[in-house]
Amino acid sequence: MRQEVVIVDYGLGNVQSVSFALDRLGSSGVLTSDHKRIQQASHVIFPGVGHAEMAFKYLARLDLDTLLPNLKQPVLGICLGMQLMCQKTEEGDTSGMGIFNVDVIKFHEVPKIPCVGWNKIDELKSPLFKGMNSVYTYFVHSYFAPLSTQTIASTHYGTTYSAALQKDNFFGVQFHPERSGKDGEQILKNFLAL
Amino acid sequence: MITKRIIPCLDILGGRTVKGVNFIDLIDAGDPIELATLYSKKGADELVFLDISATEQQRDAFEPLVYDVAKKLSIPFTVGGGIRSTEKVARLLHNGVDKVSINSSAVNDPELISKIANTYGSQCLIVAVDAKQEEGEWWVYTTGGKIRTRYTLLAWAIECQERGAGELLFTSMDHDGTKNGFANDMLAVLAETLSIPIIASGGAGTPTHFKDVFLKGKADAALAASVFHFSEIEITSLKRFLADAQIPVRL
Repeated sequence: MRQEVVIVDYGLGNVQSVSFALDRLGSSGVLTSDHKRIQQASHVIFPGVGHAEMAFKYLARLDLDTLLPNLKQPVLGICLGMQLMCQKTEEGDTSGMGIFNVDVIKFHEVPKIPCVGWNKIDELKSPLFKGMNSVYTYFVHSYFAPLSTQTIASTHYGTTYSAALQKDNFFGVQFHPERSGKDGEQILKNFLAL
Repeated sequence: MITKRIIPCLDILGGRTVKGVNFIDLIDAGDPIELATLYSKKGADELVFLDISATEQQRDAFEPLVYDVAKKLSIPFTVGGGIRSTEKVARLLHNGVDKVSINSSAVNDPELISKIANTYGSQCLIVAVDAKQEEGEWWVYTTGGKIRTRYTLLAWAIECQERGAGELLFTSMDHDGTKNGFANDMLAVLAETLSIPIIASGGAGTPTHFKDVFLKGKADAALAASVFHFSEIEITSLKRFLADAQIPVRL
């Protein structure tokens, strides 16, 4: 089957850096919000930066909040994308798509918010991290998903929390694989091999 | 544990990398795309690209160059210089930039900080501040260090944070280009007062200066230009040196 990777474009934030990362891997991603195109894709990447409340509004306006949870192919949510796949988030008291069984909450008692920089991810247990042990990835966020039964990678900033989540064909990463150097590219490569 | 970041900064003028010594006497330091990919390979944690001529000459800057660099980089990429509107931010993000840095335009129009933060999120906004110590007080300067403003550094930094800046990049004009070390005392005050990450800039000359900026200046990240461009300090060995001093870095 021909591989067509789709990057969900719902009119918010920086989707270009994900597209560039796919180009570097010798793949390519189609930026679209078209339902049919998304349904027919071999892999779906759901990026996101910005404010959760606004992002979810944009998503809902295109009815993508009902489309995405029903997809059958591998789906990868990145950063805010991952957070919107959770039950809900404290940011703007926003409801998510409820794919992951966890509520996103704000950092407390940490020296700096947002949490910006490279952090080690551990306890990697998913084909997403095939061939990897513990690697550094790049994070920028103020809200996080606590540990849950769906956690497939953890990291530590004030508390230990989910760096990545998985439920069936749905994957979510809090960090930015597209900006996490070689290891980030390997994670994207692993996703595309699913 | 989040690691301390080492950030090479490429000052861009006319499509080339330059570095001013105390903001004057520019010396050509090489092709920006070459430097950017080299730093990415050598272990730089982020890259900053500043169009240093933008504010002064009202020049619409360098988007094709930004696009080419963003395409090649696999680390976070920040662009600053001449950003005065959310439309410009949108264009830069669309060209593959991860964060924007605003300086003079934020002082001239503080509302711009809130607008960018509310539209694109604090995570993509760095407010850069150039300041100089005079009569025992740190004063904020704009326009490439030419115009003194009414703001003191601390008051302005707090306002930036309250308006939604995601990080603060502080350049000490007194230290910039001297290679005598960073403004650690003031950096420590900023780090203890603010809750957003602080990027230190100005004064890097030796690996020990970087060690001091993290231990004494309590900075979250350190930015430098010429010591990296002219290979006086090699990033991989700098990070090994910092790791030996028990400073968390990504190796």
